[in-house]
Amino acid sequence: MLAKRIIACLDVKEGRVVKGTQFVQLRDAGDPAELAAAYNREGVDEVIFLDITASAEKRGLIVETVVRTARQVFIPLAVGGGIRSVGDARRILTSGADKISVNTAAVEKPELITALSEEFGSQAVVLAIDARREGDGWRVFTYGGRKPVNLSAVEWAIEGEAFGAGEILLTSMDCDGTEKGFDCELTRAISRAVKIPVIASGGAGSAEHFAQVLTEGEADAALAASIFHYGKVRIRDLKEHLKAQGIPVRM
Amino acid sequence: MISVVDYGAGNLRSVENALRYLKVSFATTSQAGEVSRASAIVLPGVGHFGHMMRSLKLLGLLPVLREAIGKDVPYLGICLGMHALYEGSEEAPALPGLGVLQGGIRRFPQGLKVPQMGWNQLQVTPGTRLFQDVEDGPFVYFAHAYYLPVDEDKAFRDRESPPVAALADYGSNFVAAVERDNIFGTQFHPEKSGEIGLRILRNFAVLSQERAEIKSPSRGGSRVG
Repeated sequence: MLAKRIIACLDVKEGRVVKGTQFVQLRDAGDPAELAAAYNREGVDEVIFLDITASAEKRGLIVETVVRTARQVFIPLAVGGGIRSVGDARRILTSGADKISVNTAAVEKPELITALSEEFGSQAVVLAIDARREGDGWRVFTYGGRKPVNLSAVEWAIEGEAFGAGEILLTSMDCDGTEKGFDCELTRAISRAVKIPVIASGGAGSAEHFAQVLTEGEADAALAASIFHYGKVRIRDLKEHLKAQGIPVRM
Repeated sequence: MISVVDYGAGNLRSVENALRYLKVSFATTSQAGEVSRASAIVLPGVGHFGHMMRSLKLLGLLPVLREAIGKDVPYLGICLGMHALYEGSEEAPALPGLGVLQGGIRRFPQGLKVPQMGWNQLQVTPGTRLFQDVEDGPFVYFAHAYYLPVDEDKAFRDRESPPVAALADYGSNFVAAVERDNIFGTQFHPEKSGEIGLRILRNFAVLSQERAEIKSPSRGGSRVG
């Protein structure tokens, strides 16, 4: 049986992990490659680097980071942030990443999803959707949640799948940073609307939150950043918790 | 020397990384001549069956791969590289596969999340060389929309030693790995399956080397692992 995945997200700026970490015994806790290796040892199923480098001339640093990571960490690695073309994606994927995630560029030019999926296969293309509740539904936002788009999250997910996305990384802007739990309602709505896997993101504060979104929320995977970095939830304990509830996980 | 075939597969770099990490000596090549002299062949793959078969054809690699497999050269096909062994795939019905194993690759049926993405648990056939020293029920990483159904494999049913090396369950059982004589294939990605995946790659490298040493004992060479 396919296991539910636990994914660690690292915000990377100019080749360095931005949010502090509580990982001890690391030579360099700001090094994304070292952190990815540490998460791998803890049993995480996948790692995502979110590149938040602002300056265009320092964009290349993420490539070097991916190269170093992929030489020592042999689990799936996804990279998102600033990917706007097939060329951008190719640089990342040929460096050793397995997937790229697109967000703003895909909303502005959905054919990009098709081009990426034709070039690299849909399994390499993650559509990241940032959504905020509005009335009965959820609205899509781009530019890191700054710009509202005239698009419902559920519709966009369905379209994204049709354009060729292989997976959806769904972030609830309402829950993100609250540590009060994932948005199970949003996640379930998206998960039922598409036939591709859905990764839930935003709001993780405890192991039980993961259990909720992986069952009630019908997510295929769940992602967190700070609670892992600060050691509030350890991957091993989390998986034990999920396993005890009968949720299939890789131990 | 192991040839890792470069035909533009998306996971080429990851396969190279894993072999390098294991200190396996190999050469990445797209040259038919070089592949034809290889002591073992690894065909990586992720993406589209049609693209792969077209690229292999353009590079003149189809006859070379068939001949090498026929001559008992150890072959490991990963994901699409395993699909290539069969007669064809629903992903690109117009393009035949190598056809060295009977059967056809199908798309996962409706009602499942496709692609199958993530870690699934294997039911390993006891005694397989690929899974030597791998713990029971290992989890390995899959990323695929097309698969080999268990009952598709007519040849397998007729033979005394069934080459299904491992099964996994996604909706129903499917073939997660094959192993027959010098032919090996994994539907999953050993290069992305953590320690277990590294062990599987090492097993292939070791058995390839042992075979090379039997074939030309005078040449010796450094041992893997």
